[in-house]
Amino acid sequence: MDTKTIYARLNKVFRDVFDDDEITVGPKTTANDIEDWDSLEHITLMSAVQREFKVKFTMGEIASMKNVGEMADIIAARAK
Amino acid sequence: MKELEFPFDSEYIIKKRKSLRRALLADGSTRLKKKIAVLGGSTTNDIVVYLDLFLLNHGIEAEFYQSEYGQYWQDAMFPGEELLSFAPDIVYIHTTNRNILNYPTTADTKEQVDALFEGEYDKFRQMWEKISDTYHCPIIQNNFEMPFYRLMGNKDCSDYRGRSNFLTRLNDRFYAYADSHEGFYINDINFISASYGLKAWSDPSYWNMYKYAMCVEAIPEFSANLSNIIKSVFGKNKKALALDLDNTLWGGVVGDDGVDGIQIGQETGVAQSYYEFQSYVKSLKSLGVILTVCSKNDYENAIAGLNHPEGALHPDDFIIIKANWENKDRNIIETAAELNIMTDAIVFADDNPAEREIVRAQVNGVSVPAMDGVENYIINIDRNGYFEVTNFSADDLKRNEMYKANAERAAQQASFADYGEYLRSLEMTGIIDDFIPVYLQRITQLTNKSNQFNVTTKRYTATEMEEVFNSDEYIRLYGKLIDKFGDNGVVSVVIGHKNGAVLDMDLWIMSCRVLKRDMELAMLDRLVERSRAAGIEKIRGYYYPTAKNKMVKELYGSFGFDKVSEDDEGNTVWELDITGYEPKNHVINVVDNSAVEN
Repeated sequence: MDTKTIYARLNKVFRDVFDDDEITVGPKTTANDIEDWDSLEHITLMSAVQREFKVKFTMGEIASMKNVGEMADIIAARAK
Repeated sequence: MKELEFPFDSEYIIKKRKSLRRALLADGSTRLKKKIAVLGGSTTNDIVVYLDLFLLNHGIEAEFYQSEYGQYWQDAMFPGEELLSFAPDIVYIHTTNRNILNYPTTADTKEQVDALFEGEYDKFRQMWEKISDTYHCPIIQNNFEMPFYRLMGNKDCSDYRGRSNFLTRLNDRFYAYADSHEGFYINDINFISASYGLKAWSDPSYWNMYKYAMCVEAIPEFSANLSNIIKSVFGKNKKALALDLDNTLWGGVVGDDGVDGIQIGQETGVAQSYYEFQSYVKSLKSLGVILTVCSKNDYENAIAGLNHPEGALHPDDFIIIKANWENKDRNIIETAAELNIMTDAIVFADDNPAEREIVRAQVNGVSVPAMDGVENYIINIDRNGYFEVTNFSADDLKRNEMYKANAERAAQQASFADYGEYLRSLEMTGIIDDFIPVYLQRITQLTNKSNQFNVTTKRYTATEMEEVFNSDEYIRLYGKLIDKFGDNGVVSVVIGHKNGAVLDMDLWIMSCRVLKRDMELAMLDRLVERSRAAGIEKIRGYYYPTAKNKMVKELYGSFGFDKVSEDDEGNTVWELDITGYEPKNHVINVVDNSAVEN
């Protein structure tokens, strides 16, 4: 899966989860950039992203992701 | 909302939770407002998010209080100002096997484990009693799900030192408490976790990362199950199941295949599946669910199919059989009218998706479960919790008989020229008197179910009703109506509170199945008689309009009360000076509690 597709699909998930059609995510996007992205919403986001790409993140991956770019890298490496 | 009905897509709900909520709030329906305190032994945020969605879908708009993380016990035993002033309508305790403080170890003796067991149980019991004493409201308590690993393997379930064994014992003790305490309900997470799949459910990463006691993807199913208890307690259960026939109650089309050609009974796997479904439907009837038929068929063919010797259901299991070529939405609306229930109290089961779509679109509030594949029929009806049992009264068992007798009365009415003559021919006896314990549950249930003949739409929990029952501030009456066709059970409840020489009416309700029988007049006669005996000179009635209670807008006026005020919203106040009151009922023979059997 190419990077462009991954970001397009990630963007859709973010818009659904945060119910905000203005969101556009990029590699450097972090929780600080999105108002509602707190620790509780993060759980929902992880669940929705895993469902979208049919992947399961390990605990270690979830704990160490620093931005959307790192999330996309894991997806690129694992998603079929 | 289709997205929130079983079988739903949990992951879709998770992703769309915000837009689903917006859509529910914008649908223009009026909802009951309730306050729910959630006391958690683990993170409860998402549980509340989805509970909120499912309750909105059931017609309840809830306000929530959540205890601080893991503080369920402290919050219950030593409540802070916030919880006390919140004054919950229901308290839900969300504990799981992660909250057991002391599990047995393999070194423990039987006596030591018994002591641990009593200690754990006692902690819960104290908490329930404290909550009950403080808030006088229903309590919902999780049972325990099984642990995700078994130290001793299979022996873990039978050995007194096993965690599975210990949790099973606790569950049994919880059930005994539930069985002996009204207004205390178990949320069966042991079932829901097993149904979901215990391995996926208890994925420990969710506990270790987020302190959720189950995986996040399981929470919608969890909350849906919990919402069923709550909506049932607040009177939002369905009352009737309207069933299609061909390919719903049997395989094949009776009009084409003939009675001998339809699939029902023990001959084939398909026939057995339909038989199993018929048996399930028959069991629903014994819970008090009203059964009706709604089928596009010639009437004779429908009856012939229902008379199939291998079937579990028969024509007389149904109160109304609509087998014709009218549109189904029309038949459902007529069914509701004939049963005197609202269309939102009906569940419509049909294998044909096109028929389901029409009924869903045209009939206000009707529930239409997905019925795809006979092997899924039972679970799709069952899991939606339409008929969730919280309070089970003797009247529920007899409801079908009563509706059947109603149909017979209607047939007889046609043969009388004069309505008064008809009423006298029914040979009615009304037991009208102060509440007695044997009927308290039914009385409470009636206050939560009656929407149409209900002037104030005041709801009572079991605990609140007990307070009314035990106080001498009130004049209370229940009315039970018996006629030559059968016993209608407790059908009316009237409650007023004394205010000097005035009686202020809190509640006046009656079941619509006894409309136009002069039962309300018999109740009024008795109310006046009891009021006089208590030194009351004037009765003051209140009417608060809702979407459903238009039929009683002029009730007090019809009784001869004078309207003394009306506000912009249509709330009215009425008064009646009872000094010169003459009895109005002339058709019902009224007796008192001494007539109650046993």
